[in-house]
Amino acid sequence: MTTTAAADRSVNGNAGSRRFSILAGRDINRETYVEEWAEAGLTVADSPYDPQPSLRIVDGEVVEMDGKDRADFDALDRFIADHAIDLAVAEEAMATPSHQMARMLVDINVPQPTIRRLADGCTPAKLCEIVRHMNVLEMMMGLGKMRVRKTPANQAHVTNWRENPALLAADAAEAALRGFAEIETTVRVARAAPLNALAILVGSQTSRGGVLTQCAVEEAFGLRLGIKGLTSYAETLSVYGSERSFVDGDDTPWSKAFLASAYASRGIKIRFTSGTGSEALMGYAERCSMLYLEARCLLITKGAGSQGVQNGSISCIALPEALPGGVRGVLAENLLASMLGLECASGNDALASHSALRKTAKLMLQMIPGTDFICSGYSAIPKQDNMFGGGNFDAEDFDDWTVIQRDMQVNGGIRPVREEEAVAARRQAAQALQAIYAELDFPPIGDEEVEAAALAHSSEDMPERDMVADLAAADRFLEGTANLSDVVRALHRSGFEQAAANLLEMGRQRVAGDYLQPSAIFADGFNVISAINDNNDYTGPGTGYRLEGETWDALQRIPQQKSPRDFIDAQVGEPLPNLAEISTAKVGASANEIVVAVGPAYGTSLVKTIGELDHEEVLEALLTGVAEEEFYGRVVRVYHSADCAAIGHAGARLSGSGIAVGLQSRGTTVIQKRGLAPLNNLELFPQSPSLTLEIYQAIGRNAARYAKGLSPLPVGVKVDNGARLRLIVKTALLHRREIEDIEEKAPQELYFRWEPDV
Amino acid sequence: MTDERSEGQGTTPNGDYPLYANGDDTLAAASGRPLRDLSLQKTLSEDISSEDYSISAETLRAQAEIARDAGYPQLAQNLERASELTAVPNETLLEMYEMLRPGRCSFEEYQALAERLRDEFSAAATAAFVEEAAAVYQERGLLRRELE
Repeated sequence: MTTTAAADRSVNGNAGSRRFSILAGRDINRETYVEEWAEAGLTVADSPYDPQPSLRIVDGEVVEMDGKDRADFDALDRFIADHAIDLAVAEEAMATPSHQMARMLVDINVPQPTIRRLADGCTPAKLCEIVRHMNVLEMMMGLGKMRVRKTPANQAHVTNWRENPALLAADAAEAALRGFAEIETTVRVARAAPLNALAILVGSQTSRGGVLTQCAVEEAFGLRLGIKGLTSYAETLSVYGSERSFVDGDDTPWSKAFLASAYASRGIKIRFTSGTGSEALMGYAERCSMLYLEARCLLITKGAGSQGVQNGSISCIALPEALPGGVRGVLAENLLASMLGLECASGNDALASHSALRKTAKLMLQMIPGTDFICSGYSAIPKQDNMFGGGNFDAEDFDDWTVIQRDMQVNGGIRPVREEEAVAARRQAAQALQAIYAELDFPPIGDEEVEAAALAHSSEDMPERDMVADLAAADRFLEGTANLSDVVRALHRSGFEQAAANLLEMGRQRVAGDYLQPSAIFADGFNVISAINDNNDYTGPGTGYRLEGETWDALQRIPQQKSPRDFIDAQVGEPLPNLAEISTAKVGASANEIVVAVGPAYGTSLVKTIGELDHEEVLEALLTGVAEEEFYGRVVRVYHSADCAAIGHAGARLSGSGIAVGLQSRGTTVIQKRGLAPLNNLELFPQSPSLTLEIYQAIGRNAARYAKGLSPLPVGVKVDNGARLRLIVKTALLHRREIEDIEEKAPQELYFRWEPDV
Repeated sequence: MTDERSEGQGTTPNGDYPLYANGDDTLAAASGRPLRDLSLQKTLSEDISSEDYSISAETLRAQAEIARDAGYPQLAQNLERASELTAVPNETLLEMYEMLRPGRCSFEEYQALAERLRDEFSAAATAAFVEEAAAVYQERGLLRRELE
């Protein structure tokens, strides 16, 4: 039922369940869920129409694949059979039971190359059959082992609605600082592409040399940008799992493979794009499951010689997520890509859910095993500026992400940064671009625009620019002769020497072409890491990538982290001058006395409760309450324990009336009666941060009433569910401080110089 | 974050890789300019063309070899076709891609393209690839339809 229906029902006062009405209004119920419908391609991993695995090779040629004769092959079958399948191992691979291969994926004793060798000989249906045996945990194990590059990484999206160049440069600089290995931009208006690409190139290189950048536009236009030196990689080379979808995408496997070679010929890294759901969305799923069609995409990708792929449903993610097993299916396709030796940028980019819980749960499937790029575009900008259509995770989630990394000791590819570092990097990037705009005679970027970009969150924080003039400049730039060296010179002349050197280095690296190898990125200092020199050698605990050493230090050091050493400064102060120790406490003789037993550090090492009430005032309140009932209070200090129950228990044994109030220095309080077991009591007040002086007074009153043999109404304390969450570190440290004052000696009588006002 | 280089090299380390580190003295751009001459000093004082920032056919072949040795034969073939395409001018390259898209050309036009790749650019592997595409396009109705 819809939210509106639920709301109507509750308004009408019909006998609907209030709980179900509230559930209907939750984010998770803003999404669409449908049953499987194989005929429409709306099935994730297993359609009754999916082909069964088969392969026949005659004279070195595939004559039958997945139940289809060569004569019936469509263009995609042809390409796969002739380019993607390693015929030397195909017979062995196809003869190996699929469940056995699934087990090999999970078995830490089977190293990556053994599985890759067999996967290279599998048909699309065979690949699907293997992963269908696996649950998500097993797939995660497989993914962690099969990931191509040992070191996981992440990619950022940087765009903005106003196509503001200073803001693009600033956001790219911040993304580079945060550790993204690749940054992708795109356009709202296609003509803006050359200057958008320039802005993120300059912004990223100003901040951290070696970040790869791209601009997602139409295929041929994208190649033009790369040729001009404005981009170093491209990934929007889309492939589809059915012939008719492929043709509707205006390509064939051969044209896409040619495009891949064309990019490589200019020294540009590429990866293809595929992902579950696209064929169903385009109307040509041919009754097959999304996973089977994706397996075809991946073999085309491999056959074309693309070093990698971005998959994980990408912009179609909401479609598999509408179906049963959709998120598992997406993980399965990431795993298949990795099994085939393809660098995998594993989705987690487009908006996939309204529910924060559901988004995070899905993310864990890629983040915990680690992929080559956890996101094929983490939106390093706010949602309204995301020209890819809105990110599943965006700039507002940076801190959530870095905390999750710290929680799990997992490298999700984003490093925490301090505000002043980020602002400095942003300012410098905007200034560098300002200088280039001035040197190359583009519409000027003003000083106020630079400053706005340094401090901005979104394009709403930016002054207006003349977009028509910017677009005209973009056209001139693309058609003109200015190249990378002009940008390098402009930067150098304007004093941005490091940025100039980094930009030049990007050009030099292009000449070497090392980043054309599988899963290549630059670690700091332009050190290329790829499948060739950083291949994933995971074979169980203690092997493969481990987040440790300097990287772990950097990832755990989030700016929100404080030193715990000065955490209880507010509770430490001058010992109470009016609280003096007299002698060893004796059992009282008066039935009119209430003992207030305090902890070892009370009023001495510690002088305030966790709720920052003065110990002096707390004692006054308790004794006032006692006095209101015409009892008098004795104060004793318990030395042998810091435990609230033990303090109360010791107090009760000394009390003439048999009733005591036990009080820890942090404020936790108990009303105890002689004869009760230590962990039993009359009233316990564990929520010390919520206790007020009025409540302490009421506690004193009740203690006296118990002593009179009455049954008073227990003192009410408002429950604060968040208190423990907020204060647990402080609680632990206050308790630790109290424990430091424990001595093996009997409780001591205290003199508290104060008269009740009653 | 990626600011560390993982301990332990690959199981199939290639001594030549990265070429940048190991071949700095011998690497040259598509223009023939040695990589060592592509310095900040020279960039500031000399005319640098985009060819000076472009990868050479020879380097692409070397990268193809590295990919093949590491067990990535299709990537190696792609890089070999790329090495052939370094000879093709930018605009021609874009035209060729456009021709290979579905429904763009007749079978004969593809044959002519293959011939041109062989004769003009010595691009034998790419030419064979185009011929293969043409044969499949013919069978699958992906050639230009004259009636449209």
